[in-house]
Amino acid sequence: MERIWEQLPRFFTAGNMGLLADAALHTLSMTFVGCLAGFVFAFVLVFLRQTPGMWAAPLRMVCILYVEVFRRIPFLVVIYLVLFFIQAVTTDASLFTIAVVAICIYAIAYTAEIVRGGIESVPLTQVEAARAMNFSRLQTLVMVVLPQAMPVIIPPAIAFAVSFIKDTALVSQIGVFELTFRGKELNNKGFSGILVFGTIAMSYFIISFPLSMLGQYLEKRLATPRGERRLRKIWIP
Amino acid sequence: MDYNFQFNVIWRNFDTLLDGAWLTFQLGVFAFWGGALLGLVGAALKTYGPGPIRFLVDVYVVFMTNTPALIQVYFLYFGLPEVGIRWSSEACLLIGLTLNAGAYLTMIMRAGFLSVRKSEMEAGEALGMSLVQQIRYIIVPHIAKSIYPALANFFIVILVMGTSVGALIGVDELTGTAINLSTVNYRWLEYFTVIAGMYVVLTFIASIGLALLGRWAFRVKARIF
Amino acid sequence: MPHLAVNDVCAKYGSLEVLHGIGFEVDRGEVVSLVGPSGSGKSTVLRALVGLTPVTSGHVEVDGKKIDYGSSQAVKAARDRMAIVFQQYNLFQNMNVMRNVTLAPIKIKGRPKAQVEAKAIELLDLVGLSEKRDAYPDQLSGGQQQRVAIARALALEPEILLLDEVTSALDPELVNEVLDTIRRLAREGMTMILVSHEMSFVREVSSKVIFMDDGKVVESGPPAEIFDTPKSERARDFFGKILRH
Repeated sequence: MERIWEQLPRFFTAGNMGLLADAALHTLSMTFVGCLAGFVFAFVLVFLRQTPGMWAAPLRMVCILYVEVFRRIPFLVVIYLVLFFIQAVTTDASLFTIAVVAICIYAIAYTAEIVRGGIESVPLTQVEAARAMNFSRLQTLVMVVLPQAMPVIIPPAIAFAVSFIKDTALVSQIGVFELTFRGKELNNKGFSGILVFGTIAMSYFIISFPLSMLGQYLEKRLATPRGERRLRKIWIP
Repeated sequence: MDYNFQFNVIWRNFDTLLDGAWLTFQLGVFAFWGGALLGLVGAALKTYGPGPIRFLVDVYVVFMTNTPALIQVYFLYFGLPEVGIRWSSEACLLIGLTLNAGAYLTMIMRAGFLSVRKSEMEAGEALGMSLVQQIRYIIVPHIAKSIYPALANFFIVILVMGTSVGALIGVDELTGTAINLSTVNYRWLEYFTVIAGMYVVLTFIASIGLALLGRWAFRVKARIF
Repeated sequence: MPHLAVNDVCAKYGSLEVLHGIGFEVDRGEVVSLVGPSGSGKSTVLRALVGLTPVTSGHVEVDGKKIDYGSSQAVKAARDRMAIVFQQYNLFQNMNVMRNVTLAPIKIKGRPKAQVEAKAIELLDLVGLSEKRDAYPDQLSGGQQQRVAIARALALEPEILLLDEVTSALDPELVNEVLDTIRRLAREGMTMILVSHEMSFVREVSSKVIFMDDGKVVESGPPAEIFDTPKSERARDFFGKILRH
């Protein structure tokens, strides 16, 4: 314990704190970019999965399999697969890019289920009304279904992204300069593990807790019949 | 891409991988049951305990669910030896995962506690049931039914996401074994493709088992897919 | 030549055939009512006409032009000429009244926005809701929503308007406002096919009544004939049951 007290001044230096702030930014940005891309691709996946017709049966199978398989593989394994696969193809990709791709691939599988649930929550009668007016499948989705599905989709999608911030700690293993990596680095430099990992844990907490509160707040605000109008007001003040 | 996949060497070491998968499964089961016990206590304290205790449960849940399991395990593995507590990497992983799972399971079980409606208890009382009988015939079946799907889902999460954390502190579960083996002969892609498949199979077996158990024990329709 | 001729149409709901060869004709400006016991396939006829329930055989002719529902083009052509109003109104919940009415004419039919909006205001006037143009569906009563739904269908400028039990979901005191709207359309010469349980209204407004049972047309004719002197046993039985009250 004396060791920790003695290390305190050397640990909480401007340099180290700057390093951690930068690392936190890495953690946040790769989670944000990866989950946002995953969110967009999840819509594509769900749309493909709902393609009607016999000819599209294999396509639908692939979409279902994707979701089922990636939800059953550890994120760490996905990171390694993406790392070595990309490195077998090109040597130009940065580790940050590789991490973002891995996060995206994983996020697609989880958010696709959220998106599907949201879309299925819109009554079929809304779709029928649009189809009877000659809306195409895509037009129906974009103009009628998605605006109504969004209030159902957004809160759990945010909750997923927030909880995924913590899982991105595993990306430290391939050497991205995010929070956990910097923590291990400081620990290797001789700083106390209790001190370092306590601080790192607090850093994650400071990021994760307010965001999860925000997610819960949104869920309460949007879970009403007028959620869609509220959502639009949040987006376009 | 001019990469040559060579799976021969993987099949030669398949036994080692199977050992890893077995350890993964055991770790998942133990961490889950430990966490379930913690969660039950946590949910009971949160529901029926005095104010300060309820607050402590909240702190535990909020802190554990807002920090990475990996950091919690690192704290035990790299931090505790400084105060003279030296646990093996398996022990650190198991204790860390149990504490982590306990927080999530407290939330799940708390939702179950809240789902028991007062009217049902009163109906039991009206039928002349004792408190023990009410617990046995009304509360437990009700909670089991309402939270079983969430529990089953969480078991898969621990089995997959939880246990693989061990690879980073040298536990030879499935992912750790694959890392060890691939550093010897550099067939990373092959090893990780194969263990990805093994995880899928392992979790499918677990899902089917859980669905059958749920149907048999609680008449719950849990989804396999 | 009739305006609409339905020839031997069969339709399936999933794997269950619900229409077994339906045939009837509608002249321009005519109001035709489909009546019969529930489950007889009345609503399915309207749904099949706009391609919401798949037509497995048979075809319809609009002004002598054949539509066989075999291709998406054929279904599009049918939807171009006929508009349907649903029992549950099915207004788009995410749009206000004005946008509900104008969306399809602008986006699907590609008409100029100003012209569509002027027409929409006219139609909302017709159904008596021009002051509600900025309201959202969940801010309106059922009767108001249904009148908006009628305006929305009319904005598509259909040749034939299909009304599927449009008053069944409404509270009794709201039924009349919707029926008044339909009366008005009938006076203005709108061709309509309606499915309804409001027998006195059917009798008043229809030029022809078609009695259906078990996915087939049992008999058809002028309302007085069908209601007062039905020829078939099943129609006598049905009207005997419901008109006694």
